[in-house]
Amino acid sequence: MYKYASPKHFYPLAGRLVPWLAVLTVVLLAAGLYLALFVAPPDYQQGESVRIMFIHVPAAWMSMFIYVLMAGAGAVGLVWNTKLAEVAARACAPIGASFTLLALATGSLWGKPMWGTWWAWDARITSELILLFLYVGFMALQAAIDDPKRAARAAAILALVGVVNIPIIHFSVEWWNTLHQPASVGRIGRPAIHLSLLLPLLVMALAFKAYFVTVLLMRMRNDILERERHTSWVAEILGTKAA
Amino acid sequence: MSASLFSAALCVARRDLTAALRRAQDVLTPVIFFAIVVSLFPLGVGPEPGVLATLAPGVVWVAALLATMLSLNRLFANDYADGTLEQLLLAPHPLGVLVLAKVAAHWLLTGLPLVLLSPLLALQMQLPAAGMPALVLSLLLGTPVLSLLGATGAALTLGLRGGGVLVSLLVLPLYTPVLIFGAGSVAAAVTGLDTEAHFSLLGAFLVLALSFAPWATAAALRVSLD
Repeated sequence: MYKYASPKHFYPLAGRLVPWLAVLTVVLLAAGLYLALFVAPPDYQQGESVRIMFIHVPAAWMSMFIYVLMAGAGAVGLVWNTKLAEVAARACAPIGASFTLLALATGSLWGKPMWGTWWAWDARITSELILLFLYVGFMALQAAIDDPKRAARAAAILALVGVVNIPIIHFSVEWWNTLHQPASVGRIGRPAIHLSLLLPLLVMALAFKAYFVTVLLMRMRNDILERERHTSWVAEILGTKAA
Repeated sequence: MSASLFSAALCVARRDLTAALRRAQDVLTPVIFFAIVVSLFPLGVGPEPGVLATLAPGVVWVAALLATMLSLNRLFANDYADGTLEQLLLAPHPLGVLVLAKVAAHWLLTGLPLVLLSPLLALQMQLPAAGMPALVLSLLLGTPVLSLLGATGAALTLGLRGGGVLVSLLVLPLYTPVLIFGAGSVAAAVTGLDTEAHFSLLGAFLVLALSFAPWATAAALRVSLD
């Protein structure tokens, strides 16, 4: 089991897993979209536009999940000096940033018909925006350092500082917001969500997660090839492929 | 051993203060920047006293954030260039403590002048007298947090191309909670609300930053000098 922590053994394993995960993603996404767009009833208040939720909510979940995962992988790389964890943290960042952007964009599209505005300084929106800035900072720092080892370590420290700060940011914007304006921007007046809505939501969440793992493994494979390009096993792979 | 650690930290702080005072323009630039940014707002939004009074807490606080950020490269850049930083890393003392001494010197040279200047600028911005004590106290609690978190950002970007712009990208998102409660406490004081919760939170941020940031900065320095 431990041998898969070395890039040499991880690379082919990930290569075998990717097609299966890609199929799983497509199946889940098809099922989730079908349930979300055709089976789920329109909301009695929001009508058809409630369907944005099935993209928006899983994307927001993923944006936070990936950040924590990225910081965790960074910490593992920092402490045990494992190359694979460094590669994983690096691969997480652009995917997490994309989900954050997707959550912000779909939220904005949803906000216009519901609240009558594209943007509100609501607690959740604001902390999601700052999360996007944290992702961008992580990627910018890595891009500015040429040595991959040093880049990974510096970015891991930044991610860890950020992960300490995320709950603080989260609660600060929440309190700030409630201090300054009454809860006029209530979310859906939360009755326990009905099963007909919950089921597509969960399927979509699983589809997003499967997509994340697929893309993560693909990015990691790329990154490993680039970082290990001087080793004999990579030369072997590339050589046989070229032939 | 602990006595020698204390004297080493004191030595580092005193050295930073002396070096900075011999090149006074480095110290003055962020403070002047602070004054200029605040003075631009009445020109930008118009001199209407009511509007300025509403904006005052946020404007002074945002200007303080930007001025602190501007001063961050001074923290390690010179020591990095002349090799002092490597000597600090080799010293037989915990690097976190030495970093803390450097940050303390940085705060005395940047944070404290900002705090002292802030009442004057707030007056310019028509901030009601009721907000003055809250402004000074919130800056007094908040600017050390800015120096501490900024030190981590400065250490991470040490010697990188475009480090100056990069540090703002790394540090400003982390500053948001301090900004929210710093400016919030002043706004609350002006409207006669209770400010104790704001100050408790700012104090909590300070304690948290004091206990974590020097070690994160030390780790970042080790990475940068690897």
